[in-house]
Amino acid sequence: MKKKENKLEKLNINYSEYTTRLSSKFKERVSYKPVDKTRLMSFIPGTIIEILIAEGDKVCKGDEILVLEAMKMKNRIKSPVEGLVKSINVELNEKVPKGKVLIEIDLEA
Amino acid sequence: MPIDQKIRELQERRNKILQGGGDKAIQKQKAMGKGTARDRIMILLDEGSFSEYDMFVEHEARDFDMDKKSLPSDGVIIGTGTIEGAPIAIFAQDFTVAGGSLGLMHSRKITKIMDHALKMRIPLIGINDSGGARIQEGVNSLAGYGEIFFRNTLSSGVIPQISVILGPCAGGAVYSPALTDFVFVVQNISKMFITGPEVIKTVLGEEISMEDLGGARVHSEVTGNAHFYAESEDECFAKIKELVSYIPWNNDRKAKCIKPAEPKNDYDINNIVPSDPTLPYDVKDVIRSVTDKSEFFEIQRHWAKNMVIGFGRINGATVGFVANQPLELAGVLDVDSSDKSARFIRYCDAFNIPIITFVDLPGYLPGVDQEHAGVIRHGAKVLYAYSEASVPKITVIIRKAYGGGYIAMGSRHLRADFVFAWPGAEIAVMGPEGAANIIFRKEIMASDDPEATRKAKVEEYKTKVANPYVAAAKGYVDAVIEPCETRRLLIHAIEVSGNKSVALPAKKHGIPPF
Repeated sequence: MKKKENKLEKLNINYSEYTTRLSSKFKERVSYKPVDKTRLMSFIPGTIIEILIAEGDKVCKGDEILVLEAMKMKNRIKSPVEGLVKSINVELNEKVPKGKVLIEIDLEA
Repeated sequence: MPIDQKIRELQERRNKILQGGGDKAIQKQKAMGKGTARDRIMILLDEGSFSEYDMFVEHEARDFDMDKKSLPSDGVIIGTGTIEGAPIAIFAQDFTVAGGSLGLMHSRKITKIMDHALKMRIPLIGINDSGGARIQEGVNSLAGYGEIFFRNTLSSGVIPQISVILGPCAGGAVYSPALTDFVFVVQNISKMFITGPEVIKTVLGEEISMEDLGGARVHSEVTGNAHFYAESEDECFAKIKELVSYIPWNNDRKAKCIKPAEPKNDYDINNIVPSDPTLPYDVKDVIRSVTDKSEFFEIQRHWAKNMVIGFGRINGATVGFVANQPLELAGVLDVDSSDKSARFIRYCDAFNIPIITFVDLPGYLPGVDQEHAGVIRHGAKVLYAYSEASVPKITVIIRKAYGGGYIAMGSRHLRADFVFAWPGAEIAVMGPEGAANIIFRKEIMASDDPEATRKAKVEEYKTKVANPYVAAAKGYVDAVIEPCETRRLLIHAIEVSGNKSVALPAKKHGIPPF
């Protein structure tokens, strides 16, 4: 296997700075972001087979808004919040990856 | 019919079968840098030692015109032989015959040799090169895989099981190797995945090559599925032979002792480790400075590099090394390094191989990703594995041993039999910087020059606490030793513990944090 020697860098563990190599897994780790319920994301890759709302519609928490078919299962996606549909970022029959923002919702004041 | 005619008939029948899937398929196999199933067995085993069974087995499938097809040996070769005198049971799938696909009789041949290996208490080597289930044989194929997995599990910890991936190994087939002790992969030849690139593309729209999805490099560097990586089949076979030399035939035996030899003179063990605990060095130099001929047979070299594991010999006897690697990620414990070391400790324990642990770690890797990836659950595996292991356990604290890391890395409290510490060892509840910040927080904040006070307090903590003598005063460390005394004491410890006997509470089995 070709050797790619990483250079020495600093790593702080419990207030001490260690000189060491950093793995690419460590460097490429995704930093944490809190869940944003107004941006509804696909939890599994699949196909959007139904869109049950339109932009500007008012939705309540628990309203069905999309059907995402994945692994032969038709998942009925519900709104996690109450608000107005700000934008629909998918089209009918679109294949979506995991983690795509499908719908954005404006929380009502 | 006279006997010589009958012998001729046997020879003709054999020769026909030895042609496997025919010239065209064999040429195709060789063009990919792959050997045929029988060639591979011949290269791996001692010359002339292979004895083949079930050469004349034929499939019984009748549907989908299968009754018109003849598949020599049903696409898998089985038998027994030796590797440098050690008895070995082996199977090798023959990709030139129906793509090495697994049907009922194919699987029965494999389970027959598995049963044989377990009954005879000899190691099993499986060479995997198969397109997967033979679809025409339907649920019989699935039954075949299930029977193999069951035997893998039954044999686990009784006989060594080695998997060699020399071609595709996809879908359910991957779980037999995953249940075995060691997996060998070869660049450009090995491919392992549950779901292949085509299905992933159709279902999910994600495009990826076979190599990037489940090639040798991926399983060596990313997933940790593979234990040994080679650039060619020949290199792979050489590594298998080396591995076999380090391990016993079964769990009732010890690994074969060879003639003892001194380490090379290349290592100045007193000066390998910098005294500043934040500076790196290669812990493999420490290992090589104590092993016979300075040889170290590393396992999972390319994955979770912050933990080093592998075999070496001390005075001719096989030992397993577990060592933090300060050169990589400061040698921290994290999800992958915990997993890696815990499994290896259990391997050594199952096969009567003493465990030598070299400790130099700052603790666990902080981070949301680690916490959410289950570092609690995975880290617990290390505690479990060390506590449960009843083979001789020898721990050498060569520098830092802070906090939970100190406990986890084969400490006295998890029943290490011998705990040695080098004079530069810092055994403490946490690193001096962190500890001083907590203990002297008020004094530092009230000071006119907080930075100077902080530094002074860190030094004070280092002198008072971060040394091997506090732990030695409690008997947690048996002896503080000069680094150059290490090999002599390891030899002694292994000699003394040759008849170690501990009784664990009777149980069906524990519930390790898998």
